Amino acid sequence: MAGQLHDSDFKNPVVQWIDTRLPIFSMMQKEYMVFPTPKNFNYFWNFGAMAVVTLVIMIVTGILLAMNYQPNTELAFDSVQHIMRDVNYGWMLRYIHQNGASMFFIVTYIHIFRGLYYGSYKTPRELLWMIGVVILLLMMATAFMGYVLPWGQMSYWGATVITNLFSAFPIVGHGIVTWLWGGFSVANPTLNRFFALHYLLPFVLVAVVGLHVAALHVTGSNNPLGIDVKSPQDTVPFHPYYTAKDSIGLCVFLLVWAIFVFFYPHALSDPNNAIPANPLQTPDDIVPEWYFLPFYAILRSIPNKLAGVCLMFGSILVLFVLPWLDTSPVRSARFRPIYRKVIWLLVLAVFGLGICGAHKPEGIWVPLSRICALYYYLHFLVILPLLGKLERPLPLPESISKAVLRPGGGPLPQAARAQPMEKA
Amino acid sequence: MRAVASFFAAALSLCGLAAVPALAQEQSPLLHQQWSWEGPFGTYNLADAQRGFQVYKDVCSTCHSMNNLHYRDLAGIGLSEDQIKAIAASVTVPQGLDDQGNPKDGPGMPASMFRAPFPNAAAAKAALKVAPPDLSNIINAREGGPDYVYSILNGFISPPPGFKLAEGSNYNEYFPGHQIAMPQPLHGGDVTFAEGAPNSIPDEAHDVVTFLAWAADPDMVQRKQIGWRVVLFLVVMAGLTYAVKRKVWSDVEH
Repeated sequence: MAGQLHDSDFKNPVVQWIDTRLPIFSMMQKEYMVFPTPKNFNYFWNFGAMAVVTLVIMIVTGILLAMNYQPNTELAFDSVQHIMRDVNYGWMLRYIHQNGASMFFIVTYIHIFRGLYYGSYKTPRELLWMIGVVILLLMMATAFMGYVLPWGQMSYWGATVITNLFSAFPIVGHGIVTWLWGGFSVANPTLNRFFALHYLLPFVLVAVVGLHVAALHVTGSNNPLGIDVKSPQDTVPFHPYYTAKDSIGLCVFLLVWAIFVFFYPHALSDPNNAIPANPLQTPDDIVPEWYFLPFYAILRSIPNKLAGVCLMFGSILVLFVLPWLDTSPVRSARFRPIYRKVIWLLVLAVFGLGICGAHKPEGIWVPLSRICALYYYLHFLVILPLLGKLERPLPLPESISKAVLRPGGGPLPQAARAQPMEKA
Repeated sequence: MRAVASFFAAALSLCGLAAVPALAQEQSPLLHQQWSWEGPFGTYNLADAQRGFQVYKDVCSTCHSMNNLHYRDLAGIGLSEDQIKAIAASVTVPQGLDDQGNPKDGPGMPASMFRAPFPNAAAAKAALKVAPPDLSNIINAREGGPDYVYSILNGFISPPPGFKLAEGSNYNEYFPGHQIAMPQPLHGGDVTFAEGAPNSIPDEAHDVVTFLAWAADPDMVQRKQIGWRVVLFLVVMAGLTYAVKRKVWSDVEH
């Protein structure tokens, strides 16, 4: 049976020839040009685009670094020094990549906060949200393995402590750890496989981000009011409106990143990781990178190792069921008078955990991290399910355009509708 | 609380090693210097760095390696090609194998790595009991960076009465735990500088820290220069995109 060629209305003959056979231009047009997008986004909606750009920059710099890196315990540390000192602009690649990991987490955490605040995880976007949690987990695994590669003291001891967590599981624990290491300690086989996986996972991330975006384009974006799009008047085409708005956020974000790379490249890194890995000397305190500190604090606050490990992993896994824990039908915190207060307590608890995680688990830091960890779980497991039943939400606006129009404002001017595309 | 601490210690000892015991002594705050390379415009004072290299060459390099540096890199502190050739030629470095397959030594060249005082860490340890750390990265590898190294070099004083000094260690005001394996390296007047530059302990320490800071981050000046261009570009770009966005959105009530 002969297939039907795609009916393409692109003028450029080459583009049209391709598009009739493989309608990628039509797809881009539909999904990124005319794609109807709520017109009331604030700048919190910039962070998804920033995360995508960060992922691309990380992959490009990472591939270039891999061309000069040696995944061998004897050579790894010096090969990173070689990159920094002898490879042309190697220092730039390395600082972009190293600080890029922190930037990626800043952007992603703000993106997640946006989702929490405006209820982006609620029906019909539950699956979109869950794919996002998978992305977070993949990012964490990738970042952890990437941190091992320079083979400094924190690389080595961080890898040792974190992989050892799996030994907490009864019966299979020690087997899992040996299997992860490829031996009986963190050593050359471990470094080799971490390098292989650190190279692989970002491409898995690209695929899962693709699913995240695909799911987004089925349900459409949430918005600061958290109400559904009711009519075309509520939306603007993605291009040029949001390409323009995203570009501003992107410039500011790249500016922050550049200031770290060019002026404060070591601000976020531990001096211990400038010392080559030494299995015979444990650093005074083993701390992960800042973006893992809240989870590390949960782990260290629990006296039982298995319970600590479970609660640490649980703190992320609980996000998977968040769409069903939050019983309120109202999405945006703007119309939930109590939720919009308690969400800041959650933020406070997470920052508190982060600060606790940077200190040795002694003195005031132990009870403090326990209180914060308790509140974290309380928020998701108790407060959210109850709040949906107890809270009286404020009245929702009739539609996005009603909410943004000045009183007595007329219909949208002609120009606000989809502007004609420039055909390639 | 004890339980938590012991859990963490247990987590470490799972790796077969107990954590190094916590350090008991109070630490003095580090001496702070106004370093020329601080801040977004800072650059290295090349005269200081050149004198610092002299201190490294005449004093530190007896025990400490700098394995990540080539002699040619010294162009970065303003030494001329001839000076670098002369410095490299004055040392004997390993040069692969001879025709018979035996290890061969020869005079250094600008492309040679800095000559290491010991062939490997085990040899250093055998000779000195504790292997001295490589200095290529020492400024990045210590909390406090240049201030820490400067303080250590100035911190050799006689121990307070009653302080029990372990054998083979020396008292240092700024070293964690105060007991450092390194004997006092600078005594003042260790190096005679050209043009009679001062060579007291603080002067020599200041110079060698400048050299070590350059060695740890030799591309800093270029990095900051590029940084300013990147920042300027992004500021202008952000302004332009903001103007474009205002224009694009001017016809939409939002």
